[in-house]
Amino acid sequence: MRVFANLLQSLLYAPQRLVKQAYLVEFIRNTPDPDRGYALSALTGELPIQGVKAGLIRQIAYERCDSVLFDLSYDFVGDLAETVALIWPQNDNLYAEISVSEIITKLKTVSRIDARIVLKQWLDQMPEAQRWALLKLLTGGLRVGVSARMVRLALAQAYQTDVNDIEQIWPLIEPPYAELFNWLEGSADKPDAAGRAVFRPMMLAHPLLEPEIERLDFTSFQAEWKWDGARIQLVSGTDGVRLFSRSGDDISSTFPEIAKPLSWKGVIDGELLAGTPDQLGSFQQLQLRLNRKKPSSKLMSENPVFVRVYDILIDGDSDLRDNSLEHRRALLEAQMKSGLNVAYLDLSEILAEASFANLQIWREQCRAGGLIEGVMLKHKTSSYQAGRIKGSWYKWKRAPLTADLVILYAQRGHGRRSSFFSDFTLGAWAEDSKTDNKTGTQTGTKTGTKTGTATLLPVAKAYSGFSDDELKMLDKFVREHIVQKFGPVREVEKTLVVEIAFDSVQRSKRHKSGIATRFPRFKAIRWDKPANEANSVSDLIAMIDI
Amino acid sequence: MIDTSWLKISKPGLYVPPAYAHIDPVRAVDTAIITHGHADHARAGHGHVIATPETLAIMSARYGANFAAQQTALPYNQQLMLGDVNVKLIPAGHVLGSAQIVLEYANTKIIAAGDYKRRSDPTCRPFQVEHCDVFITEATFGLPVFAHPEPETQIKKLLEVQHLFPERSIIIGAYSLGKAQRLIALLREAGYDETIFIHGAMKKLCELYISFGIELGSLQTTPIGKIDNQQISLAGKFILAPPSAMGTKWAQRLSDPLVVSASGWMQVRQRAKQGGVELPLVISDHADWNDILRTIKEVNASEIWVTHGREDALIHACSQMGLSAKALSLIGYEDESE
Repeated sequence: MRVFANLLQSLLYAPQRLVKQAYLVEFIRNTPDPDRGYALSALTGELPIQGVKAGLIRQIAYERCDSVLFDLSYDFVGDLAETVALIWPQNDNLYAEISVSEIITKLKTVSRIDARIVLKQWLDQMPEAQRWALLKLLTGGLRVGVSARMVRLALAQAYQTDVNDIEQIWPLIEPPYAELFNWLEGSADKPDAAGRAVFRPMMLAHPLLEPEIERLDFTSFQAEWKWDGARIQLVSGTDGVRLFSRSGDDISSTFPEIAKPLSWKGVIDGELLAGTPDQLGSFQQLQLRLNRKKPSSKLMSENPVFVRVYDILIDGDSDLRDNSLEHRRALLEAQMKSGLNVAYLDLSEILAEASFANLQIWREQCRAGGLIEGVMLKHKTSSYQAGRIKGSWYKWKRAPLTADLVILYAQRGHGRRSSFFSDFTLGAWAEDSKTDNKTGTQTGTKTGTKTGTATLLPVAKAYSGFSDDELKMLDKFVREHIVQKFGPVREVEKTLVVEIAFDSVQRSKRHKSGIATRFPRFKAIRWDKPANEANSVSDLIAMIDI
Repeated sequence: MIDTSWLKISKPGLYVPPAYAHIDPVRAVDTAIITHGHADHARAGHGHVIATPETLAIMSARYGANFAAQQTALPYNQQLMLGDVNVKLIPAGHVLGSAQIVLEYANTKIIAAGDYKRRSDPTCRPFQVEHCDVFITEATFGLPVFAHPEPETQIKKLLEVQHLFPERSIIIGAYSLGKAQRLIALLREAGYDETIFIHGAMKKLCELYISFGIELGSLQTTPIGKIDNQQISLAGKFILAPPSAMGTKWAQRLSDPLVVSASGWMQVRQRAKQGGVELPLVISDHADWNDILRTIKEVNASEIWVTHGREDALIHACSQMGLSAKALSLIGYEDESE
């Protein structure tokens, strides 16, 4: 655990990617199996144990220290693992070195009740840095700025091999990745995915930036709508049909009407959408189905889904990923009429000739109806490669909506932002109050419904889009304008207006305002703007698409 | 029966009516008793300042000799009658010249400790424990997550990093008054005797420490011109700079700088991460949680007042110890400058 804890700390503080990768390479080269595989699986988010619930860790902490002091500490530190690691009573006499594999093996076999005892024992035996690493490991989400991709790059670097080979076999291997290391060290053959229903790494798109638009040779690109759904991969193998999310999670059980046997074998890429090909549903409807491990038949019949297919990676025995998009498209169109000709699959249409003028028109059309997120541009000769490849695929999202809202509540953030007030609840004026405000009789500190004249209703929660400097200023504003405390939440004087960008507005029964905004983020802090000039709820309702 | 009615909270800070004096006022007043020289406690523009000779020298170095019309140097453990109040200053162990203010009036003894620490510090007199009726404490690190390690262990880390990256300049962010001189003295104690480079803003205060007999060894103001002309390389050297200079052009001129920060906040990893720190050192000039609690027990006061920091936790802990405690909620003291 000592080596792993050192690695995590080094990764956390290393400012540059290359430095992080160098630490990983060193770790991979010098750590014995199976410790290194298990440690890497923690970094790629594939740890083969069920994590320990935050609630359990909190309970254990309560048993060891005063609960009031613990809660105040947690509120300040903003990270459960770190709080417990720091607050846990240290006893140098109990120190023992416990390996990562020992921890994994033990947790695989013990019961829930025993896990609690074992965990306390480990915490007693470890110094602070190791306690932190252990708790990070068990609660998941290490947040040390390392992606699964970076781990694979480090593996490639450590063994002087092509990272694409590692990407391709990754879905086939499981922690502690003995097959991978055996192959890398030359004592076994390369694991083979052929015919098996496993995830193949997805190709991703770069956002299209304004300066690039002008340089783009539109004639070599194919244009499609960017549908507002969830990206999926459908794999039909000898061992069945599976559906994978963008990140490679198996979501077959969530959508049994899609992940059902198919005589065709291969891999296709597409967008999972709510409704039927003729009658598209909104992303909000799709959300009712996402995150449901096992949907009821009622939910399924009321909220049907289908897949709009746009690419084919493998067709039968032939791996098409090295072929051009044009070639893959021709094969896909043919299969959609034969092997893939089923009601829940539908072909993504190719838009007319891509051009700068057309792009502008399409982008305007996206907003109408709200089911299209933007336009995709894919290079006709591009092969299908894992990750974001320069010059191959572009996405051009429709312009976001914006509104001026007032900060109502603030809460401390987590992780990098712990101890800063960085999570904000934002409000718009309720109807009756808007008119009153315009008479100019209202001052800054209006709250709630008491007066019946000036009411701000929450419409968004935002915690991104500001710079570190702006965060400091926002934090200062909150600290100096606190009106009331509700646990960790601070109500502030209703004086600060912020311009918020968001993707769309939806009806919501859960909120008093009757609406919810999707992916709200800060665009600008309007220190100059008085609160009574902020937008009203009805301004936002007018932005609802469907 | 103790009487505390003669100590009040006013806008500028703590006020002692029978002495007509404020303690560490955050705005200009007629008479101010100053605990120590940090800018948020020692401001310019008061009519009359009472402080230790060291603190007066620090204020004079910062604000010019005329920072107050009248200045009264009160050495440690000497009595001064101010109005009807008996005033005494005793060491607080925070920085050079830092003092606890002992006030006696109406058969009640109140100590305003100011900022203080209990760990060893070669650059200032150690904290002096004195019994009192009311102890006014800070709570900068008033949470049980703060358990500062011995500073020597942190200096060891610093020397290890220097050994590991001989080609990088090691730039250490540290407050110009107190922390910087303490780090230099700790490095000297650990046997490091090469020249240590300092940011220009620290020069005056380092010289002041030396004039009070604190040994800091060979120091040199960072010769930026010579770095630009490549006449000198600071690879493998220690450079001390105030935290405010860390992100500036000044720091970018150094070759492949390795950013170190020395502060009690460094214990919280995400805090260190926020500051872009590559090597966090937990070295604090404030008492940690256990030291605050120990001090509260040792001074044997019947009432504890908490000025600034994490008051809630400390008050809770006091009540569990059977002590009556309350928050004064003084504003204007920045715990970030630790």
